Amino acid sequence: MTPSLQDNPLLSQWLEFHTDGTVTALTGKSELGQGVATALAQIVADELGIPLDRVRMQAPSTDRSPNEGFTAGSLSIQHSGTALQSAARAARHLLEEAARGRGVDPLETIGEVNLDVPVASVTVAADTTLPSRDIGRSVPRRDLDAKVLGEPAFIHDMRLPGMKFCRVIRPPYRGAHLVEVPDATGLPGDSTVIRDGSFLAVVASLERHAIAAHAMLVERCRWEGEAPELEDAHLTAFLLSAPTEDTVLVESEILEAPGSADALTFSAQYSRPFVAHASIGTACAIAQWTTDRLDVWSHTQGVYPLRKDIARALGVDIERVHVQHVEGSGCYGHNPADDVAYDAALVARHLPDVPIQVTWSREDELGWSPFGPAMCVTISATTDSAGTITSWRWDGYGNGHSSRPSTLPTPSLLAYASQADGQPIPPSQDPPLAAGQGTGRNALPAYDIPHVHAVAHRLTTMPMRASAMRSLGAYTNVFAIESHMDDMAHAHGIDPIDYRLRHLTDPRARRVIESVAELADWGVAVGDNSGRGIGFARYKNSGAWCAVIADIEAIDHIVVKHLWIAVDCGRVVNPDGVINQIEGGAIQAASWTLMEQVRFADGVVTSSDWETYPILRFPDVPPVATTIVSADDEPWLGSGEASSGPTAAALGNAVRAALGVRVRDLPLTAERIVVAMAE
Amino acid sequence: MEEPYSLEVDGSTIAGNAEPDTALLWLLREHGRTGTRYGCGAGLCGACTVWMDGVPTHSCDTPAWSATGRTITTVQGLAESGPHPVQRALIDHQAGQCGYCLSGIVMRAAALVDEYGSSLQEEQVREALEGHLCRCGAHPRMIAAILQAASEQS
Ligand code: FES
Ligand code: FES
Repeated sequence: MTPSLQDNPLLSQWLEFHTDGTVTALTGKSELGQGVATALAQIVADELGIPLDRVRMQAPSTDRSPNEGFTAGSLSIQHSGTALQSAARAARHLLEEAARGRGVDPLETIGEVNLDVPVASVTVAADTTLPSRDIGRSVPRRDLDAKVLGEPAFIHDMRLPGMKFCRVIRPPYRGAHLVEVPDATGLPGDSTVIRDGSFLAVVASLERHAIAAHAMLVERCRWEGEAPELEDAHLTAFLLSAPTEDTVLVESEILEAPGSADALTFSAQYSRPFVAHASIGTACAIAQWTTDRLDVWSHTQGVYPLRKDIARALGVDIERVHVQHVEGSGCYGHNPADDVAYDAALVARHLPDVPIQVTWSREDELGWSPFGPAMCVTISATTDSAGTITSWRWDGYGNGHSSRPSTLPTPSLLAYASQADGQPIPPSQDPPLAAGQGTGRNALPAYDIPHVHAVAHRLTTMPMRASAMRSLGAYTNVFAIESHMDDMAHAHGIDPIDYRLRHLTDPRARRVIESVAELADWGVAVGDNSGRGIGFARYKNSGAWCAVIADIEAIDHIVVKHLWIAVDCGRVVNPDGVINQIEGGAIQAASWTLMEQVRFADGVVTSSDWETYPILRFPDVPPVATTIVSADDEPWLGSGEASSGPTAAALGNAVRAALGVRVRDLPLTAERIVVAMAE
Repeated sequence: MEEPYSLEVDGSTIAGNAEPDTALLWLLREHGRTGTRYGCGAGLCGACTVWMDGVPTHSCDTPAWSATGRTITTVQGLAESGPHPVQRALIDHQAGQCGYCLSGIVMRAAALVDEYGSSLQEEQVREALEGHLCRCGAHPRMIAAILQAASEQS
């Protein structure tokens, strides 16, 4: 049974039937721009056998929704989709039973049927599944039209009666404490300053007044403290020397080449820097305190976990806190959505009854968000003389990949670390192996290798705040594994695709690789200074299979000419939605891989605008061709993170093919390529 | 010192008092044009793009005084008499994920399609959109949609 149904067993927790013939589907999964609300509606419509436009989707809220934790890990369709499917199937059965022999539409019996029953208690015959009408169809997204037309669509556009606007004044560097309360004279409009320890904010009736007051206050504050010493230039040395907690993921007694004289050993070290979420809109939230309740509107990935941390941080009864999801700008992991929600709650506590909308500045968004953790990976593998891999050892170093709300011993909300009675945010953790791990996500190659040994070394100190970002450690691990595979294939004079296929018996893995090779016409000649590379992985070793081929040209920087992608994510609910996610994930990963790197020194992030933190732009975005390898009889799997690692790997391998140089430290900038050439 | 301002936006007048160097973006949002969005406030992402006298302009670094006497069109004004062909094509192609970047992109692309019509080439679209960031990676669909809208023009 899906964990979502275990935690929320009752049918009435998932579906609400209305007398006008419409149905509301409840979910704990947030629409993040990935189209999940549309896909879930398709599932419900199919199972109930009603037209799609009669299914309404309710955004997650702690007042009404099932508690499904976070919208993360490409699990929304697997968890929420499967739960809604079972609930809808059970509801249809109960309604049909009630209508049997009376010549009425089953939906008309809704008043007579008790839905407060466990979904699992309703036995539905397997052969009563309706033929699919909506599942498998590229239904247009429900939320997109409003966004194209400029209608209110985001929390930033929400206006409540009497609402005021707020900006937060962040410390000038990490480790700074506010030592002088700034003078509030002469601030524009009705600007009011709110202080709680080192947390400082300004509230005004007009947003432009809050912005102007913020700029004035920044000049007037005095801060003191000690900044952490780390700087980006020394990141890898830090990752390899900092204290760690080690987890053996798999153990093999044979760690070295099995003795034979002609065995070969391949050892190398790979790294990636901290990477920013860099959403185009900044974090935003609204909060309102009334006598007995705190309401929070947020683009969080988890309304329930956020509620718990807000209650812990404020020291109030959790029942008083109500969190409602409202869409924000694109979300690719643990971004500042939760932080800004707590900013708003903290400020609203000082101003009872007034709804407070807090919006982060671009500088804070790029400077104070949790980052995707920097990582360093070492791989040592052996082959026999024919090239067959005989052993594989992986070690991964870095901060854990989750400091999400409610998962750590104390609240992990940014302002909580600044408020008078607050505490610093503890170092992030890694999810257990069964939940896909973090540092060790995709650490184990999908290839058939007799001896594998893998140890995750999670840092127990966190000078830069790190947390979940799309695909967690899989991005770096797949980049490392697939770079290693290519180098071994090359050393043995074997075509990289043949080399992979020789080590793969999993038919679905073979099929995506063969499909992408066909799609890209693998083997075709490429021009001067150009190269072609492949990357493959099965996400989390339990999710979707994905293979990517990249063509690049090395001019003064790496230009991606084309990406081809094949994906197998089991039964597909919305093919166009899957392609959109796969393509988007690949383009984002291309951007990380080619150019992205958080810059910092002395506790200050210096890559805090779009010039110092560049991302891939329209002129450099390649065409992408995606094919879905159909597997309609297989369970559905998520697609949002499947293409990230394979894209990075394909690009690294294409650079090697073009220039004959292996770049192991991301990003693949001209600077890094020159360093790699010199080695 | 705040001074009176009066601006022509989407066929009507918005007025009040503001510092003359207040960014147009915030006055638009104050007057219900929330379709025009903040992304960076520094002219570096394109999210806030509107038309001034028909020319795509960043509203986040356009001071109110310089918008006075000009005709301002926001994404909401563009759609007032039915969606622009670019908007229809973007929906057709499902060209977007979170959609936060879209209103700025719509304004840039609509101006482009209006100017070049069916002669519009892919390279021109890519170059024109260089200042518009999209983090979701929906670029290829947007390019395809804009070219389709252009090809349907005379
Ligand atoms: S908000 Fe104006 S360009 Fe970014
Ligand atoms: S669709 Fe999300 S930023 Fe463009």
